[in-house]
Amino acid sequence: MEPILQIRHLSIDFTQYDQGVRKRQLQVIRDLSLSIYPGQVIAVVGASGSGKSLLAHGILGLLPYNGHMEGELFYDGQPLTKDRMKRLRGKEIVLVPQGVTYLDPLMKVGDQIRKGKKDKKTVQRCRAALERYGLEPETETLYPFELSGGMARRVLIASAVSQSPRLVIADEPTPGLDLRAASRILGHFREMADEGAGVLLITHDLELALAIADRVSVFYAGETIEEAPARNFLDGEKLSHPFTKALWQAMPEHGFVPLSGSQPYPGTVNRGCPFAGQCEKCTPACRETAHIPLQRLAEGSVRCLNVEKETVG
Amino acid sequence: MKHRLTFAAKKLIRMFFLLLGVSLVTFMLVSVSPLDPLQTNVGQVALGSMSQEQVEKLEAYWGMDTPPLQRYMGWLSDVVHGDLGMSLLYRQPVASIVGERLANSLWLLLFSWAFSGILGLLLGVIAGTLRGRWPDRLIRGYCLLISSTPAFWLALLLLLIFSVWLGWLPIGLSVPIGMEASAVTVADRLRHAILPALTLSITGVANIAMHTREKMIDVLETDYVLFAKAQGESTLSIVWRHGLRGVALPALTLQFASVSEIIGGSVLVEQVFSYPGLGQAAVTAGLGSDLPLLLGITLLTSVIVFGGNLVADLLYGVVDPRIRRGAARR
Repeated sequence: MEPILQIRHLSIDFTQYDQGVRKRQLQVIRDLSLSIYPGQVIAVVGASGSGKSLLAHGILGLLPYNGHMEGELFYDGQPLTKDRMKRLRGKEIVLVPQGVTYLDPLMKVGDQIRKGKKDKKTVQRCRAALERYGLEPETETLYPFELSGGMARRVLIASAVSQSPRLVIADEPTPGLDLRAASRILGHFREMADEGAGVLLITHDLELALAIADRVSVFYAGETIEEAPARNFLDGEKLSHPFTKALWQAMPEHGFVPLSGSQPYPGTVNRGCPFAGQCEKCTPACRETAHIPLQRLAEGSVRCLNVEKETVG
Repeated sequence: MKHRLTFAAKKLIRMFFLLLGVSLVTFMLVSVSPLDPLQTNVGQVALGSMSQEQVEKLEAYWGMDTPPLQRYMGWLSDVVHGDLGMSLLYRQPVASIVGERLANSLWLLLFSWAFSGILGLLLGVIAGTLRGRWPDRLIRGYCLLISSTPAFWLALLLLLIFSVWLGWLPIGLSVPIGMEASAVTVADRLRHAILPALTLSITGVANIAMHTREKMIDVLETDYVLFAKAQGESTLSIVWRHGLRGVALPALTLQFASVSEIIGGSVLVEQVFSYPGLGQAAVTAGLGSDLPLLLGITLLTSVIVFGGNLVADLLYGVVDPRIRRGAARR
């Protein structure tokens, strides 16, 4: 089967002004490759500030004016050009954004979902979408400030998927929700995938992601460092990258072991492995290799120089 | 509804104190003014040829023999009884002069206010939407140029072009010279009001356009506009549905706050065009030490400006659902 979306060597950088005058390029996403098949939920998991949201905006062609994207995008096997994206946006490819700030505070929910159209079909579709996510028809007449956090998320999902999309990009759809509400929201994404859509779930919550994702891509300082089937995360031994292993160990049921240090800011690592500063197995080569390539493994891929040695030894 | 009434009541009390303060300050400023009303209005030569008795009479007429505080209290007690006093220069009740002048100025003010508001909003929305492109640069350049141009100078320039060189429009006054009052038509009045109104509008546009542009840019950078784009909405639809909505509230405040600027501007502009409006009367009263008239005009304009801001505040509650519904539920 052909992937619905294929991302090849995507990089996103920003032009910034340092101390007012010096222009510099700030790279926030480096060499990212990803494939999403119909019926699959692919989770991209990373800490805040690792460039996750920009990935969503980049795919949709909605980077801010100083943002710049390189690499190739294929949708349905065809290159995803700017014009094509424009036509597909909001129809076949939809974004489910983070929270209530993505709703116009001065417009009623119904008007926002209907996007200004007033014909019967649209009105019905809007009703149906709200109903599907357990929202009363009266929700249409509310303003965003009158919604609870969970309702706002469901409204965002409803307004995104009222068009029966083929690719759903969900950008942090759960923060601020309690576990039950979050699981329910995530359940909706699983549902969409089961109905045949491809879902790209961007989140910082590994545990929740594992609950619904087929494959998980771990993001660290703007790079994918490991990509593996979700089931591999059940067993720490099946994971390859030291950071992914540390993540696994940090989960409450696996010992709750914290990792010291913090992820470097985007653009501060110019060469070598970005995880070098926190890695126990770091070798001089890790710091000196200009660009560590992504290696293919049996079930996924990893960006680490020490992996082969380990699997062999 | 109740909260809106208490809100309005609070505002009215505030207005009362504001008017008290404004009148006091105006009074004090005139009292410390170095202008000698007798010398200004009667003239050095005429004064010299007058007897002591006559001079004393005049001093009494201009109130120079009464202590300022006593004068102010006297004026205040009259005002409380609904009497704004007599104008010293025109020898007519202040209320009737102010009424007549306001009737002249009102059209001017209203037109410039509405025109600068609408045009400013339009230009601001266009510039904000097309940020960095040539229409934006053009509009911004125009606004900066106009903002740094004094209104009276612009008035002179327009006068020079349209009245002196082209001869299309009259050079001043509100009615044709030498025409009987009964023969003056509405068209005549309009022709005389065009240039002053235009001057006021042109200067008013810049401020509103620049503020609207900033707000428009803010709105277009919000998360909800990003989501609207992700939903496939066109730029036009985004500007129409989200942009105008977001700009409407600040535009409302700005529009009603600009009442003060229009009135302030009219003082200078009416002077240039010898337009017998409120602004010109204010200048005459100020220079001629006609305290009752000056106080009357100051009070009236304060009420208008305060009223403008009050309307904006009240409209906010009507337009913004967060205030309207939020307050209703409390």
